Amino acid sequence: MSTATSSLPRTIAAHAVLLAYTAIALFPVVVIVVNSFKSRNAIFRSPLSPPTTETFDLIGYTTVLRQGDFFLYFQNSFIVTVMSLFLVLLFGAMASFALSEYRFRGNSLMGLYLALGIMIPIRLGTVAILQLMVASGLVNTLTALILVYTAQGLPLAVFILSEFMKQVSDDLKNAGRIDGLSEYRIFFRLVLPLVRPAMATVAVFTMIPIWNDLWFPLILAPSEATKTVTLGAQLFIGQYVTNWNAVLAALSLAILPVLILYLIFSRQLIRGITSGAVK
Amino acid sequence: MAESTEIRRPMRWHIAVFLAPAVLVYTAVMIVPLFGTLQLSLFSAEGQTRVFAGLDNFRTLFFDPRWAASFWNALWNNTWFFIIHMLVQNPIGVVLAALLSSPRLHFSAFYRTAIFIPTILSFVIVGFAWKLILSPLWGVAPNLLDLVGLKSLFTPWLGKEEYALTTLGLISVWQFVGIPMMLIYAALLSIPDEVIEAAECDGITGMAQFWKIKLPLILPSIGIISILTFVGNFNAFDLIYSAQGALAGPNFSTDILGTFLYRTFFGFQLQIGDPYMGSTIASMMFFIILAGVCLYLFAVQTRLRRYQF
Repeated sequence: MSTATSSLPRTIAAHAVLLAYTAIALFPVVVIVVNSFKSRNAIFRSPLSPPTTETFDLIGYTTVLRQGDFFLYFQNSFIVTVMSLFLVLLFGAMASFALSEYRFRGNSLMGLYLALGIMIPIRLGTVAILQLMVASGLVNTLTALILVYTAQGLPLAVFILSEFMKQVSDDLKNAGRIDGLSEYRIFFRLVLPLVRPAMATVAVFTMIPIWNDLWFPLILAPSEATKTVTLGAQLFIGQYVTNWNAVLAALSLAILPVLILYLIFSRQLIRGITSGAVK
Repeated sequence: MAESTEIRRPMRWHIAVFLAPAVLVYTAVMIVPLFGTLQLSLFSAEGQTRVFAGLDNFRTLFFDPRWAASFWNALWNNTWFFIIHMLVQNPIGVVLAALLSSPRLHFSAFYRTAIFIPTILSFVIVGFAWKLILSPLWGVAPNLLDLVGLKSLFTPWLGKEEYALTTLGLISVWQFVGIPMMLIYAALLSIPDEVIEAAECDGITGMAQFWKIKLPLILPSIGIISILTFVGNFNAFDLIYSAQGALAGPNFSTDILGTFLYRTFFGFQLQIGDPYMGSTIASMMFFIILAGVCLYLFAVQTRLRRYQF
């Protein structure tokens, strides 16, 4: 590369703009987390300063853990997210293998049908989904959420995974066939391990909206026993609006798990986006 | 014909087995309810029984004074919400991506990771966090403005009818700017070095290079981002609901189609929930999104020239 594109003032300007925007992006998160560790007076007197030994206070966290059943909410969110993720990846990989591996009548029509859901949000069917869940007795169960999120995640999963399945070498699969492996074994033993990086990308894309969703937990499973973290935090904060310590602590508790997961998977996520899988 | 039946292989059951779970779940939980909702919008309740009402619900929604005002208000607010995203979010995303993709920029992984953080947070967190920060009770926003001597500009933005929707739009932009940034960044990275080098040989560098070489090459990505923004915005609900509640206050000034649908379907305060009118609103959202997607697929995407390298 030539050096014409990177002169010093230009580089400094680029860093200045990026730093400024990074500050804007992180500032609200930092303010919330920092203040959640302070006493009520300090929160109001000096919201922008970090907690000192005098102003350090965990009262917010103790209130949250005493009042809200956050462990249960975490458990619910965890079950829903992991189960939906598992089903999306399994069913999505199976369907995309069928679409990319075999030629059969209606192949591209089926691909188009499954891709519809990328553009049309599942939320628009809520009225009928609720009726369906009422009719099948699934209201206020985690199963209802898992089913909805599986359906929601499948279109994008099939779309991305098909692209990757096409790249798996035919020679390998044919060698397997000559060795007498069944089509199922070829899929589970040969193809699945090879598309693992793509599966990880799909996993991250699928996971975040499920964990963060408020609409379906609010409508399909609002009972105490099935609340997810997002809904639990929403209701808790609504009740404790005036207790700033508790609200800030609840927000921080809701931020942390997603943040940790993101920092672990961010490289995967960014590589997934930049590899052109979602173009 | 005889030949083709001869080479026809036996029924390959494994194809069906591979496809069945995905197709079944997707059809049962997504496609059937979607059409069920469209169908419900043609019915209405008379006492306990459901009667076919044709397009009456849509007529009510558009013209009945009790409904029309709320509907057009929500539709206009939603459109404004979308305009804010197109005018603010996507240009900022392009600028950030262009800066990030400049060669040999240090810390670019750090910037990328940090700027994407708001995108992974849930609407509930984002809504409440900004509500607290902009609250006049808590001095964060006024204090910050004071630092730059602009304290007089502060008003409770989320509480004023004329500012609330724009403020929420900007909060949503803050949250989602990471997505256009990443997609454009990916598009910029995929421009081959030879093209850039050829431009440099012709003396096109810096800003001119961006406008004349790179921007035309990333137009397809900008098209995709626009349609994703459109679908996301006309389907939005969570942010408004967490920041302003189901009534989308003050005085419905932040009401968008998602919150309007929620209130209509479930009822709120004195209003009783109405699944039929709820379906009607959901159907309108469906048609709006479908129109946008079709416009994109047939009018925009086919005109954008794609370059294969």
